[in-house]
Amino acid sequence: MSRFSFPRWSNLLLPVVILVGATMPLYAAWFVAYGFSPKTLDAGYQPRQPIPYSHALHAGQLGLDCRYCHIGVDRAASASIPATQTCMNCHTTIRPESPKLAKLIDSNLTGMPVEWTRIHKLPDFAFFNHAAHVTRGVGCATCHGRIDKMEVVYQHAPLSMGWCLECHRDPITNLRSPADVTNMRLDPSMDLGIEEQTRLEAKFQIAPSENCTTCHR
Amino acid sequence: MSTLPVSNTHAVDIVDNTVEMPGTRAPLVLNLETFAEVTTTVCRVAESRRAPMAWYVAFGLSLSLLGFLGFCVSYLIFTGVGVWGLNNPVMWAFDITNFVFWVGIGHAGTLISAILFLFRQKWRTGINRFAEAMTIFAVICAGLFPGIHVGRVWFAYWLFPIPNQMDMWPQFRSPLLWDVFAVSTYFTVSLVFWYTGMVPDLATLRDRAKGKLQQFAYGLFAIGWRGSNRHWHRYERAYLILAALSTPLVLSVHSVVSFDFATSQLPGWHTTIFPPYFVAGAIFSGFAMVLTLAVPARELFGLKDLITLRHLDNMNKVILATGCMVGYAYAMEFFVAWYSGAAFEKFAFVNRAFGQYWWAYWIMVSCNVITPQLFWFKKMRTSIPMMFILSIVVNVGMWFERFVIIVTSLANDFLPSSWDQFTPTWVDIGTMLGAFGLFFTLFLLFCRFLPMIAMAEVKAIMPAADPHQKKDHAHAHAHAHDHGHGHGGAH
Repeated sequence: MSRFSFPRWSNLLLPVVILVGATMPLYAAWFVAYGFSPKTLDAGYQPRQPIPYSHALHAGQLGLDCRYCHIGVDRAASASIPATQTCMNCHTTIRPESPKLAKLIDSNLTGMPVEWTRIHKLPDFAFFNHAAHVTRGVGCATCHGRIDKMEVVYQHAPLSMGWCLECHRDPITNLRSPADVTNMRLDPSMDLGIEEQTRLEAKFQIAPSENCTTCHR
Repeated sequence: MSTLPVSNTHAVDIVDNTVEMPGTRAPLVLNLETFAEVTTTVCRVAESRRAPMAWYVAFGLSLSLLGFLGFCVSYLIFTGVGVWGLNNPVMWAFDITNFVFWVGIGHAGTLISAILFLFRQKWRTGINRFAEAMTIFAVICAGLFPGIHVGRVWFAYWLFPIPNQMDMWPQFRSPLLWDVFAVSTYFTVSLVFWYTGMVPDLATLRDRAKGKLQQFAYGLFAIGWRGSNRHWHRYERAYLILAALSTPLVLSVHSVVSFDFATSQLPGWHTTIFPPYFVAGAIFSGFAMVLTLAVPARELFGLKDLITLRHLDNMNKVILATGCMVGYAYAMEFFVAWYSGAAFEKFAFVNRAFGQYWWAYWIMVSCNVITPQLFWFKKMRTSIPMMFILSIVVNVGMWFERFVIIVTSLANDFLPSSWDQFTPTWVDIGTMLGAFGLFFTLFLLFCRFLPMIAMAEVKAIMPAADPHQKKDHAHAHAHAHDHGHGHGGAH
């Protein structure tokens, strides 16, 4: 039987195999770091909501304060979704016949809540308290982005652990006066000086913990 | 047990090469006078259409155990680590015992291939190939255990410092992370070393292969080796560099493994003697495993002329030496426990020898310290059945050493209220036996399909390779003296 000889082009395979072998671990590391990251998987999530409610209209043009609807935000862990009755404070008189509001009116009649789709989800093992952040000068826009410009709300930040830690390790540039937390137009890192923010940090004793049990209880 | 037909007919005039003859070096290859005979003897194993019956029996057995390992590991993953007998305080038991045992086994291969190479110990050539193979397979078995003992195996990649969305890194101050680096470096270097050394022999198999498939497969892995002068030159450089890289690993890997224990605060673990003690133990157990594999392999595949009694005798001497070191370490641990004056330290050692695990301790001492003393006698060192039994005894003893260190120290720590006892479950035992299945499956496949002996290197130490050899064939053996030419590497 004749000897098997490799074709000439197979000489190219060796450098290719070596190259792939050497770059695969780097690719795997890159894949885990970026592919599995909520920055890739979650940020920008923009589900369709049952009622075409526009934050751009209500919070932007009309200038409603965030806390008018999200009443838990400075008092409790959860910011809370407003009850139908909150909407009806205005919409009993403002365009109650609009077909866009049909589901809201329906909800008001039947007593069954509107089934909004949740956008910002944290896993059950991560504990987050809105009040702890809001009352000490971390503004809504810092995490949620310019809600006042969003026709349909989407997830602005990745909400990853690394993203949380970024601020917990160096909170100062994200601080503002608690009186301004709902001010969407204020960008603390641009509009406030480092002196002002240092003063706020001292005044409100901002020293975020990096301990595991801070969030994983 | 059927063996392969032995080609040389003059097996009767075997020289007893364990005898020291002043002025001459003992021959390390018996009965085979030409390079061609060596090639035929080694390649015959891979080229024969059927392996010896015993190979099929052993392979079937190993494969069944490997299957059982797969079952045990799947059961563990689907159910959780609760299927093992672990409890609080004994959070490490069979898993880490097996890990340390298998990592230790590997060390003999590296010692033989790297340190003995640098020291120009020519007898290494007969055994280095399959000792290195043993290293690789043992490290594969070792690598299994840290991976499956973490509980949520799908997070096992957390062992590695990979950038991630959590901004979370392994604890760089922890020896458990150093372990990851030590063992993965060890595996990589061993694999490259083993493969590099095998290239010329793979080319030999390629050139002799009759079937297209064999020609292709051996040809692929021989990466175009033609045996030109330049090939040999570069090969020898690469081999020397890899030997130099592997040498520190013989000492460092098991030192780092011992840090897992030594850097903790637990009496029985917190000991500065651990790194050298672990390394000696690793080489001790590794050589025992080489013997356990070599004795049947040389019988079964007709390699007695290449793995001679002198090779086995030398290995037994290493076992005796390292066995004494291990015995010294055991004694020193007790001395330090007494000399430290620390009550917990004293208790830990008295408890080890006379507490709830006294039987494990005394199995360890009798297997590792007492029985290897038989190797002071040459009659024992050169008796095949004796050394086979003793090598298994040492393997058992070294497994128990790790069990004793890990479990007795954890089970009875500072607070009597938290003491407990570890009892293995069937999954514990199944996983331990299954790892042997994995090891022997890989080893048997290696025996069947790859050159078990480093042919090229063996040829270099034969009288025929000596340029000053007298042409008179009758005196070939007697003139196997070394003129200092070459450097013991492959030619």
